[in-house]
Amino acid sequence: MGPLAINDIISSNTNFFLAFVIGIGFGFVLEQCGFSSSRKLAGLFYGYDMVVLKVFFTGGVTAMLGLLFFSLFGWVDLGMVYVNPTFLTSAIVGGLVMGAGFIMGGFCPGTSVCGAAIGKIDAMIFILGLFIGVYFFAFGYPMFETVYKSAAMGSPKISTMIGLSDGVFAFILVVIALGMFYVSEWVEKKFPQDEY
Amino acid sequence: METISKPKATRYLNPYIGGVLLGLVLLAANFIAGRGLGASGAIKSVVVATTQTVAPGYAEHAKFFKEYKEEHSGSPMKNWLVFQMLGVVVGGFVSGALAGRLKFKVEHSPKITSRRRLVFALLGGIFFGIGSQLGRGCTSGSALSGMAVLSFGGIITMMAIFGGAYALAYFFRRNWI
Repeated sequence: MGPLAINDIISSNTNFFLAFVIGIGFGFVLEQCGFSSSRKLAGLFYGYDMVVLKVFFTGGVTAMLGLLFFSLFGWVDLGMVYVNPTFLTSAIVGGLVMGAGFIMGGFCPGTSVCGAAIGKIDAMIFILGLFIGVYFFAFGYPMFETVYKSAAMGSPKISTMIGLSDGVFAFILVVIALGMFYVSEWVEKKFPQDEY
Repeated sequence: METISKPKATRYLNPYIGGVLLGLVLLAANFIAGRGLGASGAIKSVVVATTQTVAPGYAEHAKFFKEYKEEHSGSPMKNWLVFQMLGVVVGGFVSGALAGRLKFKVEHSPKITSRRRLVFALLGGIFFGIGSQLGRGCTSGSALSGMAVLSFGGIITMMAIFGGAYALAYFFRRNWI
């Protein structure tokens, strides 16, 4: 049955329309959680507001379990769902550069669009920065190409890499997430910050 | 202070409920389109489209744009993530409107100036833009969506993003606390 677009159950144009609808849901949920505020997002790194960790891991675990159950019920063919490829060097280097961007800018790309949508001028400037960064990468591509393409590993799943079934790995991830939620509740009490 | 609690309209959703809803949106994306959510991919589409329009000769020969063309058929703007990001703008706006949060402002710690906040927002954006291209996706496309499909690279990128930010948090603390 699923993925609907890949199995030609819905047309390409319907898929684009549904992308818009899904985006509305994405933006709405992010804004409702407070992801339009850089000071709320940055709380993660100083312990005064752990909302990013809570929403991010609850979301990731929910979607992961949903996909595994959908696959079990025969509703979705996991072999047709896109798995992000692994280029180990650029995954690490790119991630670290994004981490630097996060702590300086207080947003990530998706949340900055949410912030800009409700009038945050700092979010708009962050988006301007994103464009400058992506143009810089595009025009300076020869400079980045070696790092970008090195250590290509195909599209492995982490469960396969460490020799566990998807289900067992998912269970472990759920336990890790619950442990992190417990710690975040404790951290927020330890590093309170009022009025932000 | 007359009231102890903030006015109800500006309060945020419980993060765990919000997380479940976010997960359901991500699940829907995978079920419908066979792919996760994203943000930086839409910016890349705009960059490719504008360059192809403004400097078609350059885009014809420069390697980044040639590789993009080989991997994507059709117009760069007719892209799933572009439509999805247009939705994010609408969804974010509607949520902010319902919650009474629509307001033009520069949000920053009272200990720093607006100007300082904006300079760092610009710098942060530039770093995030470059990093998102190297990492083949940002917090949404690589980290969150990657985690949902158990992508090894996605989970590595996620750890690098948060690890990198924690490692540098001390040096930028004056901006936030």
